Amino acid sequence: MSLAIALAAVLAVAAAAGWLGYSRATRLRTARRASGGGRLHSLPVYHGAYAALWAALPALLLLALWAPVQSNLVDQAVLASPEGRALPQFDMQRDTILAEAREMARGDREAGFNPESSTLVPRFAEAQSRYSTVGGAVAILLALAAAAFALRRTSPQFRARTGVERWLMAVLVAASLIAILTTLGIVLSLMFESLRFFELVPPGEFLFGTQWSPQTALRADQAGSSGAFGSVPLFWGTIFIGAIIAMIVAIPLGLMSAIYLTQYAHPQVRAWMKPLLEILAGVPTVVYGYFAALTVAPAVRDLGLSLGITSASSESALAAGLVMGIMIIPFISSMSDDSIAAVPQAMRDGSLAMGATKSETIRKVVLPAALPGVVGGILLAVSRAIGETMIVVMAAGLAANLTANPFASVTTVTTQIVQLLTGDQEFESAKTLAAFALGLALFLITLVLNLIALGVVRRYREAYE
Amino acid sequence: MSSPVQTLPGRTADARLRKRYAAERRFRLAGLFAVALSAAFLAFLLVTMAWKGLSGFTHFEAAVTIDFPRSDLILDPAALKGPDAQDTVAGADLQSVLMQSAGAAYGDDAAELFGSAAARSLGRQLIADPDLLNRRATIWLPVGSAIDIAAKQDSDPASERLVARLEAKDSLRRTVNMDFLTQSDATDPSAVGVWGALKGSFLTIVVTILLAFPIGVLAAVYLEEFATRNRWTDAIEVSINNLAAVPSIIFGLLGLAVFLNFMHLPRSAPLVGGLTLALMTMPVIVIAGRNAIKSVPPSIRDAALGVGASKMQVVFHHVLPLALPGILTGTIIGMARALGETAPLLMIGMRAFIAAPPTGITDPATVLPVQIFLWSDEVDRGFVEKTSAAIIVLLLFMLLMNGLAIYLRNRFERRW
Repeated sequence: MSLAIALAAVLAVAAAAGWLGYSRATRLRTARRASGGGRLHSLPVYHGAYAALWAALPALLLLALWAPVQSNLVDQAVLASPEGRALPQFDMQRDTILAEAREMARGDREAGFNPESSTLVPRFAEAQSRYSTVGGAVAILLALAAAAFALRRTSPQFRARTGVERWLMAVLVAASLIAILTTLGIVLSLMFESLRFFELVPPGEFLFGTQWSPQTALRADQAGSSGAFGSVPLFWGTIFIGAIIAMIVAIPLGLMSAIYLTQYAHPQVRAWMKPLLEILAGVPTVVYGYFAALTVAPAVRDLGLSLGITSASSESALAAGLVMGIMIIPFISSMSDDSIAAVPQAMRDGSLAMGATKSETIRKVVLPAALPGVVGGILLAVSRAIGETMIVVMAAGLAANLTANPFASVTTVTTQIVQLLTGDQEFESAKTLAAFALGLALFLITLVLNLIALGVVRRYREAYE
Repeated sequence: MSSPVQTLPGRTADARLRKRYAAERRFRLAGLFAVALSAAFLAFLLVTMAWKGLSGFTHFEAAVTIDFPRSDLILDPAALKGPDAQDTVAGADLQSVLMQSAGAAYGDDAAELFGSAAARSLGRQLIADPDLLNRRATIWLPVGSAIDIAAKQDSDPASERLVARLEAKDSLRRTVNMDFLTQSDATDPSAVGVWGALKGSFLTIVVTILLAFPIGVLAAVYLEEFATRNRWTDAIEVSINNLAAVPSIIFGLLGLAVFLNFMHLPRSAPLVGGLTLALMTMPVIVIAGRNAIKSVPPSIRDAALGVGASKMQVVFHHVLPLALPGILTGTIIGMARALGETAPLLMIGMRAFIAAPPTGITDPATVLPVQIFLWSDEVDRGFVEKTSAAIIVLLLFMLLMNGLAIYLRNRFERRW
């Protein structure tokens, strides 16, 4: 709680510094006006903003960096205390006790399951208050020092506006660096946990094994030896549902919709249909998932049974793939729409003037010219279908089968990630870490697909501009 | 093909032309078919949800006569007028009183007529009118889930018989289920509501907007107005474009690893959910913001620079206000996506059963899409219509946000 107080104090210091800077500059201005000494370089507002920014930003940055450091320092301090040393050395159990004690110290929880955790609560509170006092005091001192520095510079000649703009520039750069930090955070966190997974399970087995049954690795020392972490069936299921069945539905429908809406439809029909398709794109995936599980899956199973396929499952790949295809239609349609619209009118006119019919023009001139954009859009759609989670979690099965039978049940990477991480959370086990390895693989696959697609789309767009 | 210009006999030319025109018609029909099929899917989806869900907004109530003075209920009317009325009612065993009264009125098999929703409703009525305790009163109370289903559609014969008996006595009526909009999750499907989930969604989205909007707009301004092309800005651009297409579940893994396991933020709290969704929607806002800023014509910048504005003043006084409608449109669409997002929130533990609406951003909470997912997993038949009804609520919010975005685009977007 003390860090929140420090945050409030820093903001108060900044507000005070801003007001002081503003009033000092105003007084300077009236004095100069009275003596006829000319104007200030910057408006008083900028002097105030300059002081406020100096007071606030460095201290806030310090607090933001300190908060995660502090929580780790507190953990170490607690573990170093006599009560902490008495804890079991086994990581997983110790972490559970620590987490319980932390929540109790914060007041989120009344009592822990483990009796040891209550003995740690005073240690936690003590270490927390010690470190947050240190961090908070340093931050407040920094704010005061920076405010004093900025306020001392208030003078008629001082270029406060340039100073403010320099700070703003730093903020802008920091904001755009967050994108890189996010990417880095994803890669590092996935890598870190995956490396720990690969210490337990050899990478070769993960990549090329055809047996997936993480449930057998219940005991930590058993993991890896059970040979249950072969991810091939998961990737096959993902590709089967997302890249094959869904695309068989989505590509023809999406592409033909785009062609019809751009080339044939009456402008008013187009004006109505385009937003309608956008609505289809805006429907949350959990709704599609429920629709798939409730309506489509039983229908598909009945269809399979009536066709004489006795193995037809109520969690068939076909049901999940069909609904995912419907979800992807507007995506493909709008991407194709853009690339068809980008084909120069002159090419179309030329073909029509030669006597080709409209459909011949579209098939022989417009589509070949728009092909790179369409392909890029399809690649993006595949990347989206592969990473889609809720539809497959709700409609696809959990059995890892290597089958090409659309009526059978297959499982996907995302389904397994959800399954692995939403059981009882034991963070050290191979079962949990496997989710991060799957996540890393998924991230790399979609990254490659996205980069190829974005590159294709961009190069193509430049060609006609 | 001996000569470049080939003349065909009239009949062959006609035949070929007919074939080509037929192909033209077929192609056009195929296009129309694709559009119609896509629209039909949408209509089918919406109609299915509405069909199954609309009944979730109503419930059946049965009349029951309770003789309070002679019941086993030990409740002091004076305590009901005090500030602890809620606790007093919660402590009383209303459920068994209801079972006795229902059994007495409609036969022994009617003892299970009422569920926890009825007990809650009875408690509310007692607080509103404590004098009820001194007399015999007939009260309308929502029936339990099994009877509710039997009254609405086909169900097991026992429940159907009870419904027929109630209807014969004219003591069954259909009313709007206000509890569905004002209550939170429960184990009994007749007592559930979406209010807790809505509040969780609201808090999560507020955190997301507060973080993603300023950061996204500032990043867009930097990339579009200030960045010189070099390796760093290329890296930023590539990572933003890629982040916009990274599967959402990956952001959930990031949130789990960084916010929960490294920073030790509270599990399943709107704070963590908002942070995770902010990272996910920020790239969308950056891309929309860049397009909007790009579409502001350079003459505006030149004019402002010409009268002596600094580069910062040009951007913040002139370019940004003109680009704002476009940025807002993109932001609202990004927020609508975040509002419907489920997978990353499952990763950070927002799938727990939470019966009380959150009061702050660090309280355990659930959000509407996750609530839908949780209910869809329930085996009890009563949850089917509740799930669909919650989906209708969610779709209404999405429609509202998308409609607002389209309105903003049409109303404020300028073509230069």
